[in-house]
Amino acid sequence: MQYNHIVIRFGELSLKGKNRRHFESQLRETVRKKLSPFTNAVVLKSYDRILVEINGEDHEKMVAKLQEVFGIHAISLAIRAENELESIKEAALATFLKNGQGPKTFKVSARRSNKHFPVGSMELNREVGGHILKNTENVSVDVHHPDIDVKVEVKDNGTFISCETYPGAGGLPIGVGGKALLMLSGGIDSPVAGYLTMKRGVRLEAVHFHSPPFTSERARQKAEDLMQELTRYGGKLKLHIVHFTKIQQLIKEKIPASYSMTIMRRMMLRIAERIAEERNAMAIANGENLGQVASQTMYSMHTINEVTNLPIIRPVVTMDKLEIIDISQKIGTYDISIRPYEDCCTIFVPAAPKTKPKREKANRFEQALENMDELIQEAVDTIETVTFEEQKERTEFEDLF
Amino acid sequence: MIYFDNSATTKPYKEVLDAFVTVSQTYFANPSSIHSKGGETERLMLQARKTVAGLLSVKPNEIIFTSGGTEGNNTAIKGIALKHQERGKHLITSEVEHASSYETFHYLESLGFEVTYLPVNGKGEISLEQLENSIREDTILVSLIHVNNEVGTIQPVVDAGKILKKFPKVFFHVDHVQGIGKVPLNLKEAAIDLCTMSGHKFHGLKGTGILYKREGVSLSPLLTGGEQEINVRAGTENVAGIVSIAKALRMSFDKMDAGVETMNRVKEQILEGLSDIQGISINTPADGSPHIINFSVDGVKPEVLIHTLDQKNIYVSTRSACSSKQAGPSRILMAMGLGQKRANTAIRISLSYENTLEEAEIVLKELKNAVVQLQTVMG
Repeated sequence: MQYNHIVIRFGELSLKGKNRRHFESQLRETVRKKLSPFTNAVVLKSYDRILVEINGEDHEKMVAKLQEVFGIHAISLAIRAENELESIKEAALATFLKNGQGPKTFKVSARRSNKHFPVGSMELNREVGGHILKNTENVSVDVHHPDIDVKVEVKDNGTFISCETYPGAGGLPIGVGGKALLMLSGGIDSPVAGYLTMKRGVRLEAVHFHSPPFTSERARQKAEDLMQELTRYGGKLKLHIVHFTKIQQLIKEKIPASYSMTIMRRMMLRIAERIAEERNAMAIANGENLGQVASQTMYSMHTINEVTNLPIIRPVVTMDKLEIIDISQKIGTYDISIRPYEDCCTIFVPAAPKTKPKREKANRFEQALENMDELIQEAVDTIETVTFEEQKERTEFEDLF
Repeated sequence: MIYFDNSATTKPYKEVLDAFVTVSQTYFANPSSIHSKGGETERLMLQARKTVAGLLSVKPNEIIFTSGGTEGNNTAIKGIALKHQERGKHLITSEVEHASSYETFHYLESLGFEVTYLPVNGKGEISLEQLENSIREDTILVSLIHVNNEVGTIQPVVDAGKILKKFPKVFFHVDHVQGIGKVPLNLKEAAIDLCTMSGHKFHGLKGTGILYKREGVSLSPLLTGGEQEINVRAGTENVAGIVSIAKALRMSFDKMDAGVETMNRVKEQILEGLSDIQGISINTPADGSPHIINFSVDGVKPEVLIHTLDQKNIYVSTRSACSSKQAGPSRILMAMGLGQKRANTAIRISLSYENTLEEAEIVLKELKNAVVQLQTVMG
C-alpha cells in the first residue's frame, strides 16, 4: 500500500480568530504554487488542515518542498482508508510496516471526528493495536514512549493513517504580515534576516547597493543568487539594485574617514526608506547585529537609525555569529554568502571607524554633502529591478544542460 | 557493430559532445579569473553543480568534480585515511572492489594502515554481520562497491549504511561507478558520506567524474595548490567536462526507467540463450545489476573467444578493462569461490540503454557457433 495523501497541519494559525480564513486561504495558495511542479498532486481544503492527494508523485520530494513553507506546523504522510474497520486495520498495518524493521514499540492514537462512525476511539485503539501486534514480531505497545505513534483520524471523507510526521517551517503564511524592504548586502547576516522576517508572514522586497567598479559583477551576482535561494521561502521576490558609486565616492571625498561608514549607512537607509515608500513597504529589515563589528555598536545603531521613522526589523540583532551561520546553512544561503567578493560595506573601510559615532557630529559632517536630497532621488530613480521566482531559475545556459 | 562492452566505457551522447564543444569554444575563460568572462564561466560551473546536485537530491556544495572513477575512489579513500589517521588506522573494504579501490587499500597498507578485506559468498555479496563484527574502535572507513564491475553483484549498501549509522565515527564510501543510471541509490537513505561516479560509464566523456562528499566530511586533498572544488581538488576546472557530465547525467536519468526495462529484457534473453549453450556457466547472480552478464566457457580461452566475436563486429570483454591485461584468473570470481577454471575463462557482456533484443539474438547465435567451433578445436 502506497502513501496516497499528505496531511498539512497549521501552527499558530489555529489561534488567530477572525483572520483565520484569510490566513488559511493564503497558505493554501502558497502550497498550491509550491507543489505546482508535481502536476498530478491535488491540493484540497479540509477543516483545520490542508490535504494533498499525492497521485503517484514523489512524496519525499513533496515533503521537502513543503518544509519550506511558512505557516505549516507539521507534515504527515498518510494512507487513506474507507471508513470501515477492516480497511482501517489493514491500512494501519501497512503504514506501520513502512517505517522499516526498526520500531520495537508503538502506540495507536485514534481520533474520531466523524461521530457517525460506529467504533469509538478507545475501541479503535484496541482493534488497530491488536491487528498490528498479531501481524508483526518483536513489537510491543508502549503508550508513554513509543518509537512510533500510529495516528488514526476518522474524518467525514475517510480515515487517514499516518506514522511519519515531519516538522514544518513554522511561522505564519507569507502575505499576512504586510511588506518590508530588506537591505541585502551579500554577507551571511542579511539573507538570514530576510528569511526570519518572512517567517513572520511578511512579504519581502530587497535592496542591494552596487558600486562598480569598486564592487564587481560577482558581488551583484551573489546578491541575485541569494534572492533566488530566498524564493524557496518567499515565492516571487523583487530585488532593487541601487547604483551607489557616486554617493560612495562623494562620502570618501567629503566626510572624515572615521565617520564615512556611519554616513554611508545613513545614506543607504535614506535611500531604502524612499524605496520602501514607493513600494508600499511599511518597514525596513536588515541583518544588523549588536557588537559584532565596530560599526554595529549600539552607538552606531543609534546614530544611523536617526534618519528614518520606519520601523526597522532586525531579526538577528541578538544572535551569536554561530547561530546566524547555523540558520544560513540550513536555509542554503551560507555557501553563496561566503563567496569572497567585496560589497559596498567592505570597500572604503576606514582604518579606524568610529565605534561611538554621535548624531550631532554625523549631522554636522553631512552638511558637506550639499545636494544630498538630489543624490538620493537620483539613486532611487535609477534603480534596476530584478524579479525572482522559485520555479523560474535563471535560464542563461539552459541549452547546455 | 554490436557493442556489448558498456561497463568498460560507453559511447558519449551526441548532445553531451555538443555541449562540450560549445563550452570549450565559448566559455573558455578560467572561472577563477576576476574579469567578467571568468564570472560567466563561474556561473556556468555553478549551474552545472546545481544541476548535478538536484539530480542526486543533494546540496551543490556536496559535489566535487573529478577526472573519473579512479580519482574519485583514490580521493575518497586516501583522503579519509590521511585526514583521520590520528583517530585510527583501520579500514574495511571487500575482496571484490574495483582495482582503483583495491590497490589503493594495498598502498595504504604499505603506509601502516590495517585493512580488513571482507570475503563474499557465491553471489559475490558480503555478509552484513561480518561487516558489523569487523568494526573496531580504531576503524575510520568502510568502502564498498555498489555494483560489481565484473559480475554485476549488487552489494547491500543501504543496509550497510544503516548498520554504520550506529558507528558515527566511521566514514562510508561507496563506489557507484557501475551502479549509476542502472541501480538506483538514495545517498541519504544509505547514509553515505562519499560516493564515486564516472562520466564515461553513462555516455559522458572520459576524464569527467563526480565525487559526492557529504557536507561536513573533511578530506585530505590528493591534489594541492588551489582552492578549487571546495579545497579538495586543486587545478583549473575542466568546465567543458563539468557541463558535459551534468548533461550526461540528466539525459541518463531521463532515459533510466525505460532504459533499465530494456536492459532487463535483453539480459533475460541473453541468460536464456546462454543456458542452451553447452559448457557455459553463469557467474552473474540472478538478482544482479540489469546491465552485466558474466559467464565462463568451459575449455575456451576467453581472449580467443573475444577475437572470434570481434571478426563478426561484436565487442565483449573478459573482465574489468582495468585488469584485462593481467594474466591469470579473475580476482572477483576467485573471491566468489567459483574456482580457478571458471575464473580463468570468464566473459563479460555489459549493456547500455541502447542495446536491443535483435542484437542479443545475433550475439547468441554467433556465440553459440564460436563456442562449438572453439571447443572442438581446443578441446
